[in-house]
Amino acid sequence: MTNDNIMQALTNRSKAVDRAPMTFMERLYIPSILKGMAITFSHIFKKQPTIQYPEQKREFSPVFRGLHVLNRDEEGRERCTACGLCAVACPAEAITMEAAERLPGEENKYREEKYAAKYEINMLRCIFCGLCEEACPKDAIYLSETFAPANFARKGFIYGKEDLLIPDPVTDAAGFEKAQGGRVRNKN
Amino acid sequence: MSEQPLFKVTIDNITIEVPAGTTILNAARKIGGEVAPPAMCYYSKLEGSGGKCRTCLVEVSKGSEKDPRPMPKLVASCRTTVMDGMEVKNITSEKVIDARNGVVEFLLINHPLDCPICDQAGECHLQDLSYNHGKEGTRYEFQRRTFKKHDIGPYIQLHMTRCILCYRCVFTADQLTKKREHGVLDRGDHAEIATFIEKSLDNDFIGNVIDVCPVGALTDKTFRFKNRVWFLKPMDAHRDCPTCSGKVTLWNRGDEVFRVTARKDEWGEVEDWICNTCRFEKKKTSDWIIEGPRMIDRHSVISQGHYAGNIGTHKPTETFEAINDGRQPKLLMDIHNISEVNKPEITLSLLDRPAHSTDFTK
Repeated sequence: MTNDNIMQALTNRSKAVDRAPMTFMERLYIPSILKGMAITFSHIFKKQPTIQYPEQKREFSPVFRGLHVLNRDEEGRERCTACGLCAVACPAEAITMEAAERLPGEENKYREEKYAAKYEINMLRCIFCGLCEEACPKDAIYLSETFAPANFARKGFIYGKEDLLIPDPVTDAAGFEKAQGGRVRNKN
Repeated sequence: MSEQPLFKVTIDNITIEVPAGTTILNAARKIGGEVAPPAMCYYSKLEGSGGKCRTCLVEVSKGSEKDPRPMPKLVASCRTTVMDGMEVKNITSEKVIDARNGVVEFLLINHPLDCPICDQAGECHLQDLSYNHGKEGTRYEFQRRTFKKHDIGPYIQLHMTRCILCYRCVFTADQLTKKREHGVLDRGDHAEIATFIEKSLDNDFIGNVIDVCPVGALTDKTFRFKNRVWFLKPMDAHRDCPTCSGKVTLWNRGDEVFRVTARKDEWGEVEDWICNTCRFEKKKTSDWIIEGPRMIDRHSVISQGHYAGNIGTHKPTETFEAINDGRQPKLLMDIHNISEVNKPEITLSLLDRPAHSTDFTK
């Protein structure tokens, strides 16, 4: 109610609509069209801001947060101990897990006596905030530089442990190296 | 009792009258809140406990009305009785805070950093104490002490490396049971809680040592690695038990009972001792009469995801079926068809041991 009827101008660039009849030059149209075309064709010689996406890819920002991976140590043992800190930190409640005790003979598979027998991230719920990565005390979960692939079915977005674990350095050393992204942290 | 004289004691500038013979710690607990010093070894229900951990150190700035000299050193409040006109400083004294930080550092010297594995995490008194008083790093450069693994029976898991030698379990085993088979062996750095000659503990009330343990040294083997305490919902429940009071806290997830413990008061002490049958063998909701959700301090991680009152304790009534002539809703995706977690056919809570990889390959 306090507002006046006269609208206050937001900028000083506003211009009243010119309702004067067109001049002869304007009525010819051709010069104006040529002027427009000149602007359009000049862009052919300018640098392109777009890239041909699937063939060319842009580099990710170093803080990019993409699809999760579950880390292994240098001997290929799973780092995750199912402590549940990622799940409790997760604001979207996307992470669920079931823990189990390591049996004798499984020492080469799991780093600690307790491990995640089942680990699951629902990528439909995940908001890629990276709080799980921050909460992890065991260096086990990281957000990689990958997008979650598109899928027509919802069931394609439930990622189990097999989908998340990085390659085992014992069987696939190159894959492990690549999954670590050349930024190997030698933390124990 | 009425002829006992009342002593006036001032703790952190709050004056209270307590009967003669009360300890400073109990007087402070009467005031409550932050004034009460933390205690790792003192347990009001156990005779003779206290005086070991030194976390409850307080400064006595005025001895009494008759002898107003301050006490020369910090005193353990769990073992020092009040005097008339005594003035005590707990959190208002820099000396106390500094000493407590030092005590915590000492307690953590040999304590392993395996909270991600430990089942006590989230309800561990040492964890709380370290968060309040601890340093980020350690100055200790040597190997932490390790022990030979000791099996003390099918119900209780002993992790000697985590033990802080508070003696609470020893007093419990001594005072609740008739036969003494659980105690501290060796001395000094080698001292360890154990049973003599690999004896397993089979007394009816021995499970209570799990509840009195302030750290994760004694944990429930039937609950081992099953779930984290902060994903469980504590519910007060009772049953008609011939051996004990039957008043317990159930730790539920959905309808599954993952763990049964005694009810603990605001100081983390057991309200009623419960028997082994209640604790280890009644892992079905049908065994219990559920009273309602247990009040949990809202600063505790256990209270995460819990709501006030009875919200979330009852399943919502599905109206779809009723208004659609009994037709079931058509679900586009049933999570159990895809998910590998929480499979309806695998009930981990009913296992009497930790889950193994073989339990998931059904």
